Amino acid sequence: MAEDYAKLVNETVEKFGKDRGRLMDIARALHAELGHLSEDTIGLVADALGIHRVEVRDMASFYAFFSREPKGRATIRLCNAVVERMKGADEVAKAFEEAVGCSFGETSEDGKISLEYTPCIGMSDQPPSALVNGVVLTRIRPQDVPGIVAALRKGEGGGRLHEGGYESSEVELNLRQTGPVVFAPMERGAAIRKAVNMTADDVINELNRARVRGRGGAGFPTAMKWDFCRKAEADAHYVVCNGDEGEPGTFKDRVILTEQADLLFEGMTVAGYAIGAQEGFLYLRGEYEYLIGHLQQTLAKRRRLGLLGENICGREGFNFDIRIQLGAGAYVCGEESALIESLEGKRGAPRDRPPFPVQKGYLSRPSSVNNVETLCCAARIIEHGADWFAAMGTKDSTGTKLLSVSGDCERPGVYELEYGITVEKLLELVGADGAQAVQIGGPSGQCLAPKDFGRAISFEDVPTGGSVIVFGPERNLLECMRQFIEFFVDESCGWCAPCRVGTTLLLKQLEKVLEGKGTRADLDQLERLGVTVKTMSRCGLGQTAANPILTTLRNFPDLYDNLIKPGDFIPSFDLKKAIAESCAITGRNPELEEEHV
Amino acid sequence: MAKPLVATAPFTGCFGCHMSLLDIDDRILELADLVEFDKSPINDIKTFSRPVDVGLLEGGISNDENVEWLREFRKNCKVLVAVGQCALTGGVPAMRNTVPLKECLEEAYLNGPTVVDGCIPNDPDIPILLDKVYPCHEVVKIDYFLPGCPPSADTLWAALTALLTGKDVGLPYELIKYD
Repeated sequence: MAEDYAKLVNETVEKFGKDRGRLMDIARALHAELGHLSEDTIGLVADALGIHRVEVRDMASFYAFFSREPKGRATIRLCNAVVERMKGADEVAKAFEEAVGCSFGETSEDGKISLEYTPCIGMSDQPPSALVNGVVLTRIRPQDVPGIVAALRKGEGGGRLHEGGYESSEVELNLRQTGPVVFAPMERGAAIRKAVNMTADDVINELNRARVRGRGGAGFPTAMKWDFCRKAEADAHYVVCNGDEGEPGTFKDRVILTEQADLLFEGMTVAGYAIGAQEGFLYLRGEYEYLIGHLQQTLAKRRRLGLLGENICGREGFNFDIRIQLGAGAYVCGEESALIESLEGKRGAPRDRPPFPVQKGYLSRPSSVNNVETLCCAARIIEHGADWFAAMGTKDSTGTKLLSVSGDCERPGVYELEYGITVEKLLELVGADGAQAVQIGGPSGQCLAPKDFGRAISFEDVPTGGSVIVFGPERNLLECMRQFIEFFVDESCGWCAPCRVGTTLLLKQLEKVLEGKGTRADLDQLERLGVTVKTMSRCGLGQTAANPILTTLRNFPDLYDNLIKPGDFIPSFDLKKAIAESCAITGRNPELEEEHV
Repeated sequence: MAKPLVATAPFTGCFGCHMSLLDIDDRILELADLVEFDKSPINDIKTFSRPVDVGLLEGGISNDENVEWLREFRKNCKVLVAVGQCALTGGVPAMRNTVPLKECLEEAYLNGPTVVDGCIPNDPDIPILLDKVYPCHEVVKIDYFLPGCPPSADTLWAALTALLTGKDVGLPYELIKYD
């Protein structure tokens, strides 16, 4: 038994070329086989790779999808993102706890099923949703739960859902509006054939003329990024596609990867040509594992057609191929330097910058990290020309933008729209009458009030990576903001104190106010704390984590004012509660004086 | 004019902040000219006899006696200053906050390697432990915070003299930089 086990570990490590850089894949494979990564497994992997076990443990302990204790054969990861809870995830959670017979965070007594929560899995348009051993379930109703659990209990062979004998729900596409750039019909290789007849400089120049900017939200000019990367001298350059859309409420890449994977790979190949890379990576968030078969097939087809591999499209010496790296559940890996760390098989902690990834990225080589949508735009620009692209959108935001709309609206889904559309128009389009607020750009973006609905979605006005969450008139908006902050508390990588400690302090301070124990001084403190977390944190996660609070303090001051009490101080401390445990342990029962402040 | 009155409190800490206060060396004579000490472990005055101008608080709040005294300080002092990391955040004693109280007590009094015939103390004279160690500002309103472990003698001196002479208490970066 022990020998079989050691053999399995060694074979797995061999399978990935004994390459320390493939540690994520090794860990994923062993986790799938063994159900968890024990200290023994970690030690054996370290020995086989010739590295210290701390390096393996460091990585394994970081990702939400890796467990270090034995878990049930099936792990149900119910999504508890804000939109999912708005649409009944709490009732579904209760149904799961009843049917499985344990609480979330625990494993059933028969050891068959574990219950876990997970942040947004990119299904906000079809909530409540869950991942069961990598398979996606959507629109779960409480009455569906006993059937799901019974099937999982019966299921053999690692509890794989499709062997459980019940109909698994399909992920809906929900592509509500197509546009001319991303969701137009395409001809495989059209962009590449054009690119290889241009010089690399001309390709970059074309993007420059199109004024295309990064679609992840930050809006860095793509041509500039490619140019920096191309000009950085090194023995290798890399194209990295950021397919780790983890911002709650974002699911546009899911739809691109389902419908237009070819266009994405086309864009990556063009990028490879432009920056002089021979290798590209698609970093795919672990939540989208269900797409990997389809993506691999698409890559295989492109290799057969000569669109990947050697001498692509007949261009002598243009060799390029793409590998897909699956993540394992970590929001921070959407930050480009954290993503690169993860791609190298390490924990996804952001790096210090400079040097920027275009100077020293993957394996310390110049790497261009681009959003899925950006790479699709790049392919189209080469195919149809910069003028065609720049004619769409606004002056500083050319082209179209994919918006993934969820929450309180009639038609949630993905919309491809020209930049410059107002929030008002968008709300009309998605069927959201009387919205109380709109969260644009996810929790890390901003929460807009109706007074701002005339503003335009664009880099110069209201930028967004794509997430649009609508809050209807009946929603408890500040409770939703509290859940956003909770999300950041969970997802902070813990490296720097302003983010690790600050997010927790923000949550406590906000909860104090929500519990009716706040005064004006608490609101002032909340804002000061938010500004500290924003300005002192090391990476984008911490720098934006206070936004749910800061933007609602600014846009919805009445909601806060209605909660606070007069006076300058109300303690959050409650002596009776604080000594209850002690009294229970020692059997003491003191008489408490009336509390006085 | 009467000298301003200062009181100091040692809650759940290590007395390091009080040591740091004594560490102002011969300036203690200057301080003695400037202020009079009321309730403080430095002069061993046990109770408040009159209203005090400034209360300096060391340590976090870990038992009901701490709570009672902290509230007394709030009642009797015009200005309260939380001094040092334990008062501000709970500090080192708050490391127990990650372990349930029952486990802490069992480890200390029942299962520890040196325990013989142990029992968890429950004498009514012993302060009752709180479920965790709290920072002072969660229990009463705190007017000023002096970070540091401990705040240096210079920091304490600068803050105290500013407070007592009615100056701005903003401290230069060098005095609150700790790495």
